[in-house]
Amino acid sequence: MSSPSVFSSLWRLREYARPALPRLALGGVAGLFAGLLALAIPLVLRELVDGPLASRDTALIIGAAGIVLALGVAEAATVAVRRWLVLTPGTHVEAAMRNAMYERLQDLPVSFHDRWQSGQLLSRQGTDLGLIRRWLAFGIILLFVNLVTIVVGTAVLFTWHPLLGGIFLLISVPIWIYGFAFEKRYAVVARLSQDQTGDLATSVEESVHGIRVLKAFGRGRHALRGFTRQAQDLQGTEIKKAKALAGIWLWLVLLPDIGFALCLLGGIWLASLGQISVGELFAFFATATILRFPLESIGFLLAMTLDARAATDRFFEVMDEPITLADPEAPKHIENPRGRLEFDDVHFRFPDAPAGTPDLLDGVSFTVEPGHTVAVVGLTGSGKSTLTALASRLYEVTAGSIRLDGVDLRELNRDDIYANQSVAFEEPTLFSASIRDNVLLGREDTKSDPETAQKSLDRALDVAQADFVRRLPEGVETVVGEEGMSLSGGQRQRVALARALATDPKILVLDDPLSALDVNTEARVEEGMRRDYGTTSTLIVAHRPSTVQTADHVVLLHEGRIHDAGTHRELLERSAEYRFVLSSLDEENTR
Amino acid sequence: MSDNTVQGVNGEERSSLTPEESARIRKRSLKLLGELVRPVRGRVILTMVVVILSTAAQVAGPALIAFGLNQALPAVLDQADWAPAFLAVGALLASGIVGAVLISWYTILSARVSQAILLDLRLRVFAHTQDLSLDFHESYTSGRIISRQTSDLDAIRELLDSGINQLVSGVLYMSFTAVAMVLLDPISALVIAIALIPLFLLGRWFQRRSQVLFRQQRVASAQTIVKFVETMTGIRAVKAFRARRRNEEEFGEKVENLRGINARVIGLFGIFDPGLILIANVSVAVIVLVGGLRVAGGSIAIGTLLAAVLYAKRFFDPVEDMAMFYNSYQSAAAALEKISGVLEEEPGVPAPQTPVALHTPRGHLEFQETTFGYGNGVEILPKFSLEIPAGQTIALVGATGAGKTTLAKLMSRFYDPTSGRVTLDGVDLRDLDDAHLRRAVVMVTQEAYLFSGTIADNIALGNPDATREQIIEAARAVGADTFIEAMPAGFDTDVNKRGGRLSAGQRQLVSFARAFLADPAVLLLDEATASLDIPGERAVQNALQTLLASRTAVIIAHRLSTVAIADRVLVMEQGQIVEDDTPEALISGTGRFAKLHAAWRNSLV
Repeated sequence: MSSPSVFSSLWRLREYARPALPRLALGGVAGLFAGLLALAIPLVLRELVDGPLASRDTALIIGAAGIVLALGVAEAATVAVRRWLVLTPGTHVEAAMRNAMYERLQDLPVSFHDRWQSGQLLSRQGTDLGLIRRWLAFGIILLFVNLVTIVVGTAVLFTWHPLLGGIFLLISVPIWIYGFAFEKRYAVVARLSQDQTGDLATSVEESVHGIRVLKAFGRGRHALRGFTRQAQDLQGTEIKKAKALAGIWLWLVLLPDIGFALCLLGGIWLASLGQISVGELFAFFATATILRFPLESIGFLLAMTLDARAATDRFFEVMDEPITLADPEAPKHIENPRGRLEFDDVHFRFPDAPAGTPDLLDGVSFTVEPGHTVAVVGLTGSGKSTLTALASRLYEVTAGSIRLDGVDLRELNRDDIYANQSVAFEEPTLFSASIRDNVLLGREDTKSDPETAQKSLDRALDVAQADFVRRLPEGVETVVGEEGMSLSGGQRQRVALARALATDPKILVLDDPLSALDVNTEARVEEGMRRDYGTTSTLIVAHRPSTVQTADHVVLLHEGRIHDAGTHRELLERSAEYRFVLSSLDEENTR
Repeated sequence: MSDNTVQGVNGEERSSLTPEESARIRKRSLKLLGELVRPVRGRVILTMVVVILSTAAQVAGPALIAFGLNQALPAVLDQADWAPAFLAVGALLASGIVGAVLISWYTILSARVSQAILLDLRLRVFAHTQDLSLDFHESYTSGRIISRQTSDLDAIRELLDSGINQLVSGVLYMSFTAVAMVLLDPISALVIAIALIPLFLLGRWFQRRSQVLFRQQRVASAQTIVKFVETMTGIRAVKAFRARRRNEEEFGEKVENLRGINARVIGLFGIFDPGLILIANVSVAVIVLVGGLRVAGGSIAIGTLLAAVLYAKRFFDPVEDMAMFYNSYQSAAAALEKISGVLEEEPGVPAPQTPVALHTPRGHLEFQETTFGYGNGVEILPKFSLEIPAGQTIALVGATGAGKTTLAKLMSRFYDPTSGRVTLDGVDLRDLDDAHLRRAVVMVTQEAYLFSGTIADNIALGNPDATREQIIEAARAVGADTFIEAMPAGFDTDVNKRGGRLSAGQRQLVSFARAFLADPAVLLLDEATASLDIPGERAVQNALQTLLASRTAVIIAHRLSTVAIADRVLVMEQGQIVEDDTPEALISGTGRFAKLHAAWRNSLV
């Protein structure tokens, strides 16, 4: 009844479900046993009607009632055993899948995260995995048990009388046919509904993260209108789902009822011919009544299966995303890192960039010598930030290479790169943790060597001019980030800079980290860096002459190419473009 | 006392509450539920009627079979009279058709009801989240508010999707069956009535135990979401600082905590459900015994006993459904508690009772003995007075923490002053109609957040009614058109997640275009040019000079280039204005600003 695609989709779950399979299978057996026990009760009742009741023998009646009781208790016990068996495995599978997805997402390249909104990811790791857990613990077991119950029950019906059993069997044929049609119809809306739920989560996420913009422009209502449209779309899809379910529900209720009516007619006729006893007829109906629920349940179990299938597909869509920036199979290791960063004919373009557009970086070559500072200067869109992202291997060069102490970044484990190199981004993201934990994020010796860590912390905070943190209510233990105190943009920039410094890296990659600082503070930061981090090589993107002046070497980028390079003084003298990019003086003096 | 401990989102993460707190929260949840159901009550009634009829049709089934076996069969056997038999069969067919059609109709009807309720709730929470002021958002994590709107709503959705159907049809099914049983055989009905006692006790036990667990489940679920969202938002830093492994551990702990709670919830249900089956099966056995003895004694017919046994089995059929309903109800109730808490939060910046309209704002701003401090008593802005005449361009200068941003936030009414007033054209901001205030005052900050959609969509946020030409014009005015047009699809380029493809400078230009399009009377720029390159800043400055000619503007910038276009410079220190004059006067003087300016001037080339 499942088309190969549904089956093969769900079959992939075995990877995570394997440890749970024995218990789930045993649970299925227990469920089957419970179903068979339920079927056995009418058998006893038939014996009761034809035997003790007819004979009016009190002792036999009590005995039969005792058997009914025993069967009933046994049924409850098997249900309890089934639940106990399937209880924990389902939750373990769900947790394993959730962790696996989180792990995968952390490993997937930044270019993946550029494309995927976190709302979509959130709904895949939340709602979707819940669906899969419930399907594994209940759906598939009930489906199996109920199908077997139906088959066995129909066989039992045949033993009461082949004709009546035949009628019942014939009546259920259209259910299977309709089931296939339903599957096709429902599968489409099930997937659509889950996708729309993810989109809705994305809107929620953006409305919360962008709350300041929405408030500043008074666009809360505007956002609500967009959200309303999306929510209404989802509502429409859900109604479509209900309609599909209503369709199959109709047949699942109607057909057994028609079967009952025909069997009653046939039963009376057979009884009039003396071919069936009243007890048998009663038992027939008692059995048929028990089959009603399994038959009716096919509808929602099928729906549940299709929901789980869509959820599985959505889960594996993420898991199947290639990790394009994987660690090499045979990573090299830099024995004595000196901090020499070399760009060699570096090209970069986004994989989905349309053909014909020029590369964002188009053959860039320069070297940051150990202990030197190289500033990268250029207009917005010239490729400066891309350069820093490539240097920290958040993206991958499309051609050429970037070498750290002579070793191509692609031949190093990512963690080895980050052990030698620290980065401060344009946008300083801090996490919900204390200032200390935020600043020491990149250090791995915070527990093993707290003294060194403390020294690095102090030095980094001093140099980054972030001593304001010591005046916070709980000093460096103050929790910041989303779950703590909100800092101003300039404050966050300084903490983020301290975070980059605190790893005592060989190479610092700084993407305009001082933009929100005033000139005096910036000067103090630069002085501190010269003093305390003099042996660190620095690649710094900057807009301000004050930042560039202190660099040993300046690279001027223009449309992805190096337009000119030299010291600040040289460039200022010979390059009109450089003066245009850096000079705040009146325009007529520059070009 | 206990009233405040669970007010709004207070005490949200606690799982055990005092009886008074529980009662208060239950009241609040039920009130919300009532409000949600009220608008769809007509449809709810229709759904009920349909379900009553369809349940009646289904309950008729066993009665008709009993009739067939008790009356029609003897009639055929004894008198060869087929009329009762055909009657029974016909009625069975009719009830089957009616029951099936009604059930299918009911499926659609109930989906409409539950979806309408869900939509209402979604929109309420979304709108309320938007209405809540920044102080709420700064203390309530984005991940938590997201989880309220996703996983908590899921729990309610589950209840509405299947739960209500189960409850309504279950209760009706049971009551119809009970009535039929009383009519058919009161003694068997009495057995069922006695069985209700352990049923009730079991239910009470389950409710008590599960309530606490479901509350814990909501909290644990929110915690995983918070961690998840934070990781995805800060993925670059996660990678660059090798936080992956530590995150995996932390996330793994949270997932394990949630898993443990889930397992305990299911475990509880794993006792509850077989317990119900046990009660049901024991009752059937008792009916067989009691009934069998009575048949033996000749006081009832075999057919009656058969029907009674069938009814008894059917009576308990929905019990499992009801158990599931109760389970999802408990889960949804815990979610509703949290959601109603968020909805109970009052905006710290409340909408005015009788809003004052301001159709043609001039942009005259005034602080009158304003003080501002956060709830913890730390005073940011001691008594402060300032007048900004309409049309003036102000440069606000001072060290981090001097109170510049606070000033801007008060002017844009992100916050309300602790005492004193902030007025626009003589109207207290607290009395001003919010739509009018937002049209009059726009603030652009250093963080230029972009929403999913095209660049044009993002600019249009400044004025959703703007034409395409106006959008392009706004981009051109701030010098953003060059880079936008160079993008693959120009203004229709999708910015993807959080504008991943746009550099910080480009994003700032887009947000400037947004502000330009909004065309406000008062423009507040808080470090809004920090990420621009110098030619970009120059272009924006040129645009501002035209733009600000007829407007009030307050510009906060560490880079003093802004001063060139300012009419007046204010130097702030510890919440006070220490210098206030024209730029020329200040530069030529010997004060703080003169020194700052000289240093900045020296840093230029």
